[in-house]
This record gives sequence, C-alpha cells and structure tokens, in this order.
Amino acid sequence: MTEFTPLSASIGGALIGLSAGLLWLANGRTAGISGIFGGVMPLRPGDLAWRLVFLVALPIGAIIGAGIGPAVLSEISDAPPQLGLSPLVAIAAGLLVGAGTRIGGGCTSGHGICGLARFSVRSLVAVLTFMATAIVTVYVVRHVL
Amino acid sequence: MTRNSTLSLVTAGAAGLIFGIGLAIAQMTDPQKVKAFLDVATIADGTWDPSLAFVMGVGLLVTIAMYRLARPLPKPWVGAAFAPAPKPKVDSPLVIGSAVFGIGWGLAGLCPGPAIADLGLAPGEVALFVVAMLAGSWGAGLTLANRGRSSTLPHGNAATT
Repeated sequence: MTEFTPLSASIGGALIGLSAGLLWLANGRTAGISGIFGGVMPLRPGDLAWRLVFLVALPIGAIIGAGIGPAVLSEISDAPPQLGLSPLVAIAAGLLVGAGTRIGGGCTSGHGICGLARFSVRSLVAVLTFMATAIVTVYVVRHVL
Repeated sequence: MTRNSTLSLVTAGAAGLIFGIGLAIAQMTDPQKVKAFLDVATIADGTWDPSLAFVMGVGLLVTIAMYRLARPLPKPWVGAAFAPAPKPKVDSPLVIGSAVFGIGWGLAGLCPGPAIADLGLAPGEVALFVVAMLAGSWGAGLTLANRGRSSTLPHGNAATT
C-alpha cells in the first residue's frame, strides 16, 4: 500500500512528457523505452550511439531526481525502491516484458505516452490490453494465490 | 562526426536525463507504487493509489502539446528526419505482445523505463530483470525476423525496419 501523491506524480509526468517532446522535436525519435532499449540488439552502428547515450543518461537522471525530489517535496519518499523480486520472478517477468514489448511494438512510454499523443488507435488498443492483463495479474497474485 | 550528429547525441542525452528525473520524481521507479495503482481491488476499501494515472495523464498532455509544435517542421532540429509512423494496423501481434507485456509488468511492477532507471537506484536488485528483458526482446526480435523472412515479405528485410 502506498500513499496517493498527485503533485509529484504530475510534476514527474510533465518531465516525462518534456523528454518525449524534446526527443521528437530535436531528434525525430519516439521516446519509447522498450524500442530504444530493444533497438540496441542486434547492433546497427549508425543507429546505436544515441540509444546508448539515452539509456546511460536515464538512470543518471533517476539518481538526480531521487536526490532532489525528497528535498523539494515532502510527499516523495527518500527510501530507495524496494523491488522485492525473487530471482525466478525477475527472470520470468523480465522475459515477458522484453518479448511482449517487442512483439507488441511498445510499452508504457512508447504506446502510452508517444502513441496516444498522436491519437494512434493501435496504441490505444495496446494500452487497454496491457493495463487489463497487468491488473488481472496483480489481482491474481495478491488476492487469489 | 558532423556537427548535427554530435548535437543529436547531446539532445538524446538531455532527453534521457529528463526522463529519468521525471520517473524518480513521480516515484514510478518504485514497483510497489506501480502495483498499488494496478491493484484496483483496493478501490473498494479506499486505499487505492491513483498516482500512475496522473503521471500518464500529465505526461500525455505535455507530449501532445510538444508534438503539435513539431507539426509545421520539415525536419527535426538536429536529427536527419522524423521517424515514420508505424502502420496503423491493429493486428494480433499488437494484442498478444501487449497482453504478454502486461503480465510481466503486473508480476514485477516494472516496465522498461523504470527498470532501466532503477539501474541507478537499486542496481543489484534490478540487474537480473534487465538482462532477462534484453534477452526476451532480442529473442522475440529474432523470431519475428525469421517469420517475416519465411513469409511473403518482398525484400526479406523485416529485421532492419
């Protein structure tokens, strides 16, 4: 159970939108993280550098955000994230997320932010589908098993 | 390296940095927060955490506004061209892949962005997930490319699109 944090959620969301908008305006690229990440393999030299730069900058940004966030807004927790994953769940879930986003052509950011921002029906179908299966999965794990 | 290709790395880095700051401020780097949103059974007892909807909603509005700014541009500021929009077709890979992704997302509370962000915040805990995610993406990509090659695609270049 976690607290509802509308202010930090909205500020964080605005920054994510700013990032997606910047990557499109400046580079003409979609800020779909699964696509940027999945596009690293197989190696394609001319297309690789910007992906690696983005992917290295992302966790550095997270460290910065986790440093300044709690200092500015008291609703942001200063505890590091607790993943609580057993190795088996980490591997299974990682494989499902990697394969699923590749086959479905996007994730929460690619379909959920960038695709919906272009009013893509394809992305709307993707978002409704992964939201539905994620909700069912959490329900089964927490309330059925 | 041309001036524009160097600049495009700077803007890609800035976008990655801002994305990571945003995820951490929104606390989407915490899988417990994501699972608390997905756990809609808690709506009934008033403990549901709708934060993720605010992240997505505000993120979407800002992106819509900025995509509009790009509309009159013949090409991006520093990139060579705007990436072509994917085919608008709703097909079975879209639905099946998204369904599979959602199961993994619900199991771990991690989607690709937060997983990579957590390489900075909880590297030991998230590393195995990220390696599995890369393997899953790569394996699925190979399978898709092989199927594309053996089917009726005229140029057999599905892997490069």
